[in-house]
Formats: sequence, C-alpha cells, structure tokens
Amino acid sequence: MNSLRHFASKVRFTPSTSTLLNRSFKPTTSFNRNFSSAVVEEDDKYEVTNQLEFQTLKHYIPVYTVMNQEGEVNPPSADPNFSKDEVTKMYKMMLTLNTMDNILYDVQRQGRISFYMTSFGEEAIHIGSAAALDLKDTVFAQYRESGVLMWRGFSIEQIVNQCCSNEFDLGKGRQMPVHYGSKEINVQTISSPLTTQLPQAVGAAYAQKLMGEKACTIVYFGEGAASEGDFHAAMNFAATLQSPTIFFCRNNKWAISTPSHEQYRGDGIAGRGPNGYGIATIRVDGNDIWAVYNATKKAREMAVEQGQPVLIEAMTYRVGHHSTSDDSSRYRTLEEINFWKEKRNPMHRLRQYMLKRNWWTEDQDKEVVSSVRSQVRESLMRAEKQKKPAISELFTDVYDVPTKNLLEQKAELFEHLKLYPDEYPIDQYAQDK
Amino acid sequence: MMLSKNLTQSLLRYTSNGAITKNASSRGFHTSKVLLAGGPSTPINYPSLEIPNAGETQKMNLFQAINNAMDISLRTDEKACVFGEDVGFGGVFRCSVDLRNKYGAKRVFNTPLCEQGIAGFAIGLAAQGATAIAEIQFADYIFPAFDQIVNEAAKYRYRSGGQFDCGSLTFRSPYGAVGHGGHYHSQSPESYFAQTPGLKVVMPATPIEAKGLLLASIRDKNPVVFFEPKLLYRSAVEDVPIGDYEIELGRARIVQEGSDLTLVGWGAQMKVLMQAAQMAKEKLGLSIELIDLRTILPWDVECVEKSVKKTGRLIISHEAPKTGGWAAEISSAIQERCFLHLESPIQRVCGYDTPFPLIFEKFYLPDHLKNFEAIKKSINY
Ligand SMILES: Cc1ncc(C[n+]2csc(CCOP(=O)(O)OP(=O)(O)O)c2C)c(N)n1
Repeated sequence: MNSLRHFASKVRFTPSTSTLLNRSFKPTTSFNRNFSSAVVEEDDKYEVTNQLEFQTLKHYIPVYTVMNQEGEVNPPSADPNFSKDEVTKMYKMMLTLNTMDNILYDVQRQGRISFYMTSFGEEAIHIGSAAALDLKDTVFAQYRESGVLMWRGFSIEQIVNQCCSNEFDLGKGRQMPVHYGSKEINVQTISSPLTTQLPQAVGAAYAQKLMGEKACTIVYFGEGAASEGDFHAAMNFAATLQSPTIFFCRNNKWAISTPSHEQYRGDGIAGRGPNGYGIATIRVDGNDIWAVYNATKKAREMAVEQGQPVLIEAMTYRVGHHSTSDDSSRYRTLEEINFWKEKRNPMHRLRQYMLKRNWWTEDQDKEVVSSVRSQVRESLMRAEKQKKPAISELFTDVYDVPTKNLLEQKAELFEHLKLYPDEYPIDQYAQDK
Repeated sequence: MMLSKNLTQSLLRYTSNGAITKNASSRGFHTSKVLLAGGPSTPINYPSLEIPNAGETQKMNLFQAINNAMDISLRTDEKACVFGEDVGFGGVFRCSVDLRNKYGAKRVFNTPLCEQGIAGFAIGLAAQGATAIAEIQFADYIFPAFDQIVNEAAKYRYRSGGQFDCGSLTFRSPYGAVGHGGHYHSQSPESYFAQTPGLKVVMPATPIEAKGLLLASIRDKNPVVFFEPKLLYRSAVEDVPIGDYEIELGRARIVQEGSDLTLVGWGAQMKVLMQAAQMAKEKLGLSIELIDLRTILPWDVECVEKSVKKTGRLIISHEAPKTGGWAAEISSAIQERCFLHLESPIQRVCGYDTPFPLIFEKFYLPDHLKNFEAIKKSINY
C-alpha cells in the first residue's frame, strides 16, 4: 500500500539511461549496430567523483494515476474520451469477466471442472491494456489475464470449452483449465512454468521488427514471476537487441502465499527498468483503467514507432485466492482484502465515471450480471455434454507427423482398450474421424 | 537400519480421495481428485514396512511423515534450514506446516520465486557447512534449477579433488500424476537426474518409508534429489514411528515375495503394481515378486538380479515416458547379468512418449490393467 502513496498524473516514462546518455546509439526503428566508438565511449557516460559513497535508493518511481475512486479524471486532458458505447463495452466486459469468474470458481468447487483461477481486482488491467493494443500485436500471457483474451474476441463459450477439456477446446483438452491460447486472436498458448514466456516474447517482438511489421508483442507476468532468471534474460535481451516488447507486470502483491516484500527489495519491478536495463519504464495504478490505457497506448507507440522495449508495472491487488487449490485465509487478513475490494475497486471507479455522465444505472449492472450468469450456465451445460477429444489425439502434435514409436504405442493402446472396453470411459471421448 | 523382509501385520491404507470437498481447509494443490481405472472397488493390501525397535507410532499421511522428518532434522541439527517457494506458511502441500513457528524464520523461510536461485543458494549453504533442505514446489518446475543441480551440485566434490562438497543438501519435490495435473503438475523427471553421476535420487512409496528415506537423504554426504509422490500426500496413511530412524539409501525393498515373475517400480506406481500383482494372483494364480526400488540412483541391482534369477521374468513400470526412462537402464543391466536366466523378454510398462496429457491421463498411465496384460504376455511367452 505504501507504494501507492506517490501519485503522478502525467504519462511519463522514466527514460532509460541508454536513451539519455548513450549518444552514439540514438533510438531508431532500425537495428542499431554501431561498432566504431561504443567501447571507447563506454566510460565517458559516467561522472567522476572523489566521494567514497555507496548509492542507495532515494527516489521511488511514482504511480501514474488519473481517475480517483469517485470516477473523476484529473487532469481532464488525461481522459481518453471514449464514446459512451466504447466505455460501456469496456465496463460490461469487466463485469462479464468478474461474473464469469464467480461462477466458474463455484463450478470448480462443485467438482464440475478440475481447476480455476479468477482475476478479481485486476479487471482494469486486462481491459485497459487490451484496449490500447492492436490485434496484430502478439500476446504472451501468464494465466491471470482472461479479460485480455475476451477483449480480443475469445468467447465465454471458448473459455468454458477449454475449462471442460472437451473436443471444442482449441488445446484439445491437454492442458489444465485457464491455459488458453488462440491463433485467431493472436494469443500464444499459456504455459504453467512461470516466466518462460518473457524471453519468448522478446524473440517474437524481434521477429516482428525484422519483418517490418507495424506491431509489437506484449507479455504479461506477475511480480512473483519477475524473480525468475528468465525475467533478467528477457529484459537484457530486449534492451540490447532493441526488441519492441511491452513488459506488463501485474503487481498484485501476492505470489500464492508470498508477499511482495519477500519477493524483492528496492523499487519494485519498475525500479529495475531504467537504471538496471536501460528500458523506459512507467509505474501505473492498475485499478485505474484510464491510467492503464494511457500508459499501454504510449508504450505501444514507443515500441512500434521507435522499435524499443518498454516496461509497465501496474500496481494492483489479487482479491481472490491464488487458485481453486489455495486458501488465502491462511496467510492474509480479510481486512486487507476488503480494503482493496472496497476502497480501490477498479470496476467501481469506472462505474462512477459512467454514472456521472448518466451513461449507466445501477439496474443495468444487475441486468448484465444476470445475462452473463445465464450465458455462462448455458455454455457450461452445453460444454459438459460435449465429448472429450478423440483418444487418438493423445498421440498427435508431439511432432508435426507422429514418429514410429508413437504409432506403435497408439496401436498398443487401442488393442488394450479392446480387451477392457468397460474399464475406461471410452464413450466420453469423440470417435476418431 | 535395514528392513527385514515383508512383515504383513500392519497395512498401508489408502483413504478415499475421490471427492473434491467444499471445505477450504482440505484443499491441496492439485491433489484432490484421484480416479484409477478399476481402483476404488478393489481394496489394495500394501504391507507396511517394519521398522525395528521403532517405538511409539502415530497415524500419519505422507505429507505429515515428511513434515515429521523435517521436524526431526531441524531439532537434531541446528544448522539445518528448510526453504523454498511458499515454504514459510507451510508449503502448498502442507509439508512444512508449523515448522517456521517452531524453529524461527531464520531457519524455515520463503525464498523469492526462482528455482535456480533456490538450488544455487542451497549448494552454497551446504558447501559452507550448513544443512540445506530445499523445496522445489513441483517436480515440473525443477528445470530452471537443472544447471545448478546437474553441473554444480553433482560435480562439486569431484571437480575440487575432494576438497569441497555440498553433500548436506537435499532437494525435495512433489512429482507424478494426480488425476488432473496436465502437462506441468504431473511429470516424473527422475531419469533426467538419474543419468547424473554425483547425485542420489530417491522416491518413496509409503509414509513410513518417506520419513526414513528423507532422514537418510538429509544426512547422506551427497546431494540428493528426493521426489515425493504427491498423489499419496493425503491418501496414504500408516502408523508411522514418531522417533528418529533412517532407511538406508541404495537398497530396494521386496514388498512381496514371489516365484513367477519380478515386478519393479517406485513411488506412487507401487500401489498400481500391487494391484496388478493381486489381480495376477486372483485371476491366474501367479506369484509375483514385487520390488520397490526406492532409490533410483544408485539403484539396488543385486536385489533385482537375485529376484530375476529366481523368477526368470521381469517387468519394470513407471509413469515417465518409456523412451529413455529409468526402466531402460534396469532392463539392460539385468539383461547383462541374467541373460541365461530369462524365460521371456524384459518388458517396460510406462507412460507413452508424449507430454503428460490432462484429459487422456487414464489412457496414458501404465495402470494395473496394462501391467496385468504385460504379466500375462510374459508368462505366455
Ligand atoms: C517455474 C515455476 N515455479 C513455480 C510455479 C508455481 N506457481 C504457480 S503460480 C505461482 C505464483 C506466481 O505469482 P505471481 O507471478 O505474482 O502471479 P499471480 O499469481 O500473483 O498473478 C507459483 C509459485 C510455476 N508455475 N512455475
């Protein structure tokens, strides 16, 4: 909570040292490879001092925020001025995500799906950042970013199919729930091992630049995931190779039971950007959708126009349990959760903004919730009735073409199933096509 | 402290663990649902290991037995530390529950989320004379630490000419199928580590053995990778001696003596193999010798050799993919030693050569039926 004390209201990326000081490396959209003077000038950028002094952290990067809990935007020029329809769409999507999460969480507790993760409290991050991007921009997600996929067109139906591992799950039922991925909306398939997606995103963004695309790659991750070695690799690669990557950290204060103060010291994740890696950085209020939108929009511009990486640290709070396997009452207080739920609620802020403009009524909230509830319930009923993917899909996609050992093992399995047709739930699976 | 033979007065019980309960306090990380084909209807009688002069016992499940072993380590060795991701509040599987309260946050603590950091830190701690008991939250997430474990921990002594070592180091990590873990909460990575000279690799099958093997691993003078069957954390319950005891590393356990065929496995697979052996007895009147390897590296080749020389038939079974799995190593070593004693080809009943697939888990796993068929095939060869 301390970290939210300093607020700023201008989108100002703390410039990277390389942009400030490295005269020979002017940021351009091309790949910079200036061999001549780099090593000679390396030392020139440092001031000299005869003071024996160890540097310690003096200034924290401020939190950029423009909309308060009452829905007032300050300064007014920071309002992105979306139309009523556009804002309604954003708000409805936040509410949809929240309502769907509520139901799917309960559905998991009833044993109808095997696992689930909610995004309670982080709705503004999903919608605010997704709205600032283009569908051409590639997304690498961690797992708590369902709203980003929804904004890009991933339907409740698709989400529920994935969670039910049925034959309409694009991932063919092979991964746990919430590990979505869809080529159509340009979101790479989510993988559980943390932070692996960061260096991958840097490579993807580099490829976009190489191929002259007017696009970038955004990669989402938690402040916990930022402790992995892959975070360092990714940031350093992005900086030195000038890969147009947007690093989007969701700092929700908890990594399962580990609070952020046991995860890092110093100036959080943002603090590593400008001085540590030479990457332009902003810290934003993740519960302020306009702040998130403005920051991401500017970041995209910098990435696409100037071909450089950008780091965004969005300060927020994980209101729900880590997952359906977790019980967070073991390690945090209800007061803490309620503070964020009540005093810093991201949906409340946008609702206030709309109420002020007479764009929305409290009754409409109820309508949306009830319509989403029936949508999710109906999707779920349909999804549960669907067959699981065909058993032969166990052996496909390991390689482009199944190798001999896989074909042999597949034949063995089918022979075995003939011997014990009643011991395996064969009829729950689709027929081979 | 070695076991005698199979004494079957006491039995390991597997509690029913099918239902996901609504009670938050019974949540465990991805362990709640277990469905074995043909499972619950057939009670599995798995003999408990007899610990000589063990004294008082207490009912414990496998995670409580692990907790008890670490408790004893922390109590008897003041240089011992327990650490890893989310270890402070008790760990996502509750293995370290209450230990921070008992021994303080200096010795039982959370680390930042970084497996290579945990491994490197553990090596340094051990090299400097402390005892490191490090947890990697899931075996699927041990790979960022692979370099530290394989290139560093395993070669620490050798490369210094025996001057330095990090032997007082144990990596604990939950492994294996649980019914709904998918790619990254199910893997059995033992053979990656078993090909690394300098490491020991241990995989217990019961609460009693988990405790004794973990205490032996922690006190062993070599780095040990200790994979715990998370399927059994809650479901396997035994009367575990509350005192301090060790089970020697590198020694297999003959869980059941038999004369017709030798069946070898480890960890959670032992329950499946016992089921297959019971089926073979009931349906075919066969007497199966069941061996739990317990230590994967160095493994007890003499025990398996002796058994195969008696039975003439061998099947090895593990959840990890068949190609390059540890069964291949056992198969070739036994073939070298027992060629003229073999009555049929050695078989491997393993996971398929695919990633671990969520919705196809029941088909993927080397269950008791696949093992039973392999037994039939071997006998009818
Ligand atoms: C390499 C790796 N180590 C450990 C885990 C287990 N794990 C899953 S999520 C998680 C916490 C992540 O926290 P954070 O990055 O802050 O994201 P949040 O869940 O708070 O959104 C951990 C430790 C994992 N998935 N991958």
